[in-house]
Formats: sequence, C-alpha cells, structure tokens
Amino acid sequence: MLTVNDLHKRYGDHEVIKGVSLDAKAGDVISIIGSSGSGKSTFLRCINFLERPHQGEIVLDGERLLTTRDRRTGELMPKDRGQLQRMRGRLSMVFQNFCLWSHMSVLDNVMEAPMHVHGLSRSEARERGEANLAKVGLGKDAFGKYPAHLSGGQQQRVAIARALCMEPDVMLFDEPTSALDPELVGEVLKVMQTLAEEGRTMIVVTHEMGFARNLSTQTLFLHQGLIEEQGSPADLFDRPRSERLQKFLSGRLK
Amino acid sequence: MLSDYITTVLAAGWVSLQLAFVALVLAVVLGLLGALCKLSGSRALRIVVGMYTTLVRGVPDLVLMLLVFYSLPALLNQGLEAMGSDLFIEFSPFAAGCATLGIIFGAYMTETFRGALIGVPHGQVEAAHAYGLGRVHTFRRIVLPQMIRLALPGFTNNWLVLVKATALVSLLGLQDIMFRARGAAEATGKPFTFYLIAGGFYLAITLISLLVLMWVGRRYAAGHRELTR
Repeated sequence: MLTVNDLHKRYGDHEVIKGVSLDAKAGDVISIIGSSGSGKSTFLRCINFLERPHQGEIVLDGERLLTTRDRRTGELMPKDRGQLQRMRGRLSMVFQNFCLWSHMSVLDNVMEAPMHVHGLSRSEARERGEANLAKVGLGKDAFGKYPAHLSGGQQQRVAIARALCMEPDVMLFDEPTSALDPELVGEVLKVMQTLAEEGRTMIVVTHEMGFARNLSTQTLFLHQGLIEEQGSPADLFDRPRSERLQKFLSGRLK
Repeated sequence: MLSDYITTVLAAGWVSLQLAFVALVLAVVLGLLGALCKLSGSRALRIVVGMYTTLVRGVPDLVLMLLVFYSLPALLNQGLEAMGSDLFIEFSPFAAGCATLGIIFGAYMTETFRGALIGVPHGQVEAAHAYGLGRVHTFRRIVLPQMIRLALPGFTNNWLVLVKATALVSLLGLQDIMFRARGAAEATGKPFTFYLIAGGFYLAITLISLLVLMWVGRRYAAGHRELTR
C-alpha cells in the first residue's frame, strides 16, 4: 500500500534521517518508537512532504511521487504539485497538536477537505462528516462548536474524524496523544484501537508502548536516524536484541 | 444663508469619503501584496518592499503628496517633451490624492498584515497542506479569515488615520470638506462654526467606522471569543 525507500533528511549539515525504509501492506499498523531526537516524527512528516527529504522514494498504491531536486537547498521537491496534493488527499495525517482549523466549527473542519480535495457536495460531505464524528464518539451538540471549546481529547477525536472523512488509504499519526492530559489519553487510544481492529492501514509515531505492543502488526525502533530494530511487537518488546532498545524499553516500562 | 453654507460643507464630505474609500482599497491591495512579498522566499522582493515601506513611512505625508501632484507630472512632461511628444500630463487633485494616500497607507497596511500573517499558527497551514488543499485555497479559506482577526486592530488604526489624512488633499485644491469649510469660514467670518462642523464630520465617520469594525471583529473572533474577553 505504502512504500518508503531509503529516506534521508538533513538540517544543514546534521543528518537526522540516514536512510529509513518502510513497507506497509493494506491493514498494517506500523508503530514507530524511539526516544526524542531519533527522527521518528521527521520521518513521518517526510512521507507526505510536510518536510522535504534529501533522498528517498515514496510509493503509494503503486504510484511513485515524482520529484526533482531543489538546486538551492538540495532537498527533493514535488515535480507536480497536483500529484502531491492528490497523494496527500489519500494519506491523512493526525497531528500532535490537533491542528484543527480554529475559525471553523467542528463540522466545517471535517467537511472542508472532502469537499475541496475530493469534490464531494456539501450534503455528501456533511453526511460523511456526521457519521465519522459519531464514530469517534462526538455527540450532535458538539458539531457546531469551535475547537477552542472542546477538551484536548475531543479535539484530537475531531482531528481523527477529519482524517477519516478523507477515506484515506493510509493514516499517519504523529504522536497523537503526546499533547494530552493523562486522563484524556484513553479516549483517543480507544478510537485508534477501533480503527486498527477495522483493518485500516496506519503508521503511528508514538510514545504509547501499550498501543505499539498490543495493536501494531509491525514495530520500528528508530535511533539517531536509523532503524535499530524492527519486527513484530512480540519480538521487539519481549526479545529486544539491541542494547539500545533494551535500555529504551526498560526506561519506558518501569 | 448660513444653512446653505452648511449644506455645501457637508456635501463636500462625500468627496472626502470617496477619496478615503478609493485610497483604502488601494492600500489594502498594496498592503496584502507587500506583506506576502515580505514573507516570501525571494530576497529581491523582500528588499524592494522593505525599501518601499521604509521610504514611505519615513517621509511626511504632505511632502509625498506634493511630490506626486506637482513634481511627478513635471518629470513626466519633461520626458515626453524630450521624446518629442506634445502630450501634456496633469493629475487631478482627486487622482493624486487617492494614489498618494493609497501608497502611504499601503506601507502601513503591509506592516499590519505582515504581523497578522505571522500570527496565524503554522500548524493551521500545515494541516491544510497535509490534506491536499492547494496554496490559493489554503490562503483564502484558512489563512485569510484568521489573519483578518489579527489584523483588525492595526487596520482600524490605519483607517482612522487615513480618513483624517484626506484633509491634506484640500491643499492640492480638491474641494473636500476641509476645503469647503475653510471657504465658508472665510466668507462668513465664522471659522469656529465651520471648522467645528468639519471636525464633527470626521468624528462621526470615526464613530461609525468603529461600530462597523467592532461588528466585523466579533464575526471573525468566532472560535476565539473566550481569549479576547
């Protein structure tokens, strides 16, 4: 479904991703774990080109993103913005800080992109939006509210509904629970669990070891821009081979 | 007799208003372009716009106005003459006033809009891009509505100063409210009455503007209201 080949990214002279690849089949839930600074968020953001990598290949459902090199910065940039926009429309991202559009109501937030990127009519978008908001557990009374009137957990669930409304091929989660108060983490994880069990293809950068361990089909452990270890969560969590992963896990699972 | 003068003076207020509105439209267009240039990746654009805002904000309004009204046509005519053309260019006070005020307040609007654009959190734009919305759409639907809220206080200031600055154009001979008030004051020997009427006119415009802009502000504060109170 989604293949990333040999991705590199640097800031100035500092290389933060030193050749990371990933292959997600339909229904895979891939968790990316690692300490802060390991490059896991940057890697995720390179997949939809929110960050421009310096090298690498993104293939979504057999379609390769065509790129050229920016001669000034050395970064790759899309050859055809239209193609990138189409691909982004099939890869929806959930951000750490929700990034809901603050001037729009909850319902408008989830209707905007389906209408303007996928060309849905207002009534189709509304129907789809209401269904997905209900799915993430938001009541009708919340539809007209603005993001600032919701709790962090509700906002993140709206953000997940916004992603679902795109009916994406792959969902990208960038530390979706890291900005939440501890008591609100559960409600978001529960929604993500439902999605994982439905067989959606998900790539999740996370600090939630419970999620990675119990719900992912594959786990990547990133360290200093490289995959230190990868495999089934059972392998990684129960039989970590590298000393770094052992150290990382013992620090986490105390 | 006196009431005839009063009617004439107030009727000239319409000229002042037209001038202010045309200059405002020009200023908003220049301001948006200027702000986008200042935040663009192009060094050349940033330098050019930086020179524009510095120069225009650093020279008195009156000096610029006199330069545009008197010196610019003279310069153009010299050029035309040198090229053997017998065309003769002359600016109307109204056109010169609109152009000058538009250019001056375009510089102030550039800074106001630049600040507002910077104030829109980057995540808002990123989310739009991540969902495949194009650049123009992102600007129109995501950035602009949020930026208006942030630009409004500065915009209000600029507009109020602009309305009052239109009085300068009476010095070019435009028959605006100031020009008529001075005429009436001299003709009737009642300067206090007529300057007070002119002053009251500007004050009334200010009050109406504040009411309208407060309404606009409330509209664009949707989703942020609890932060502004």
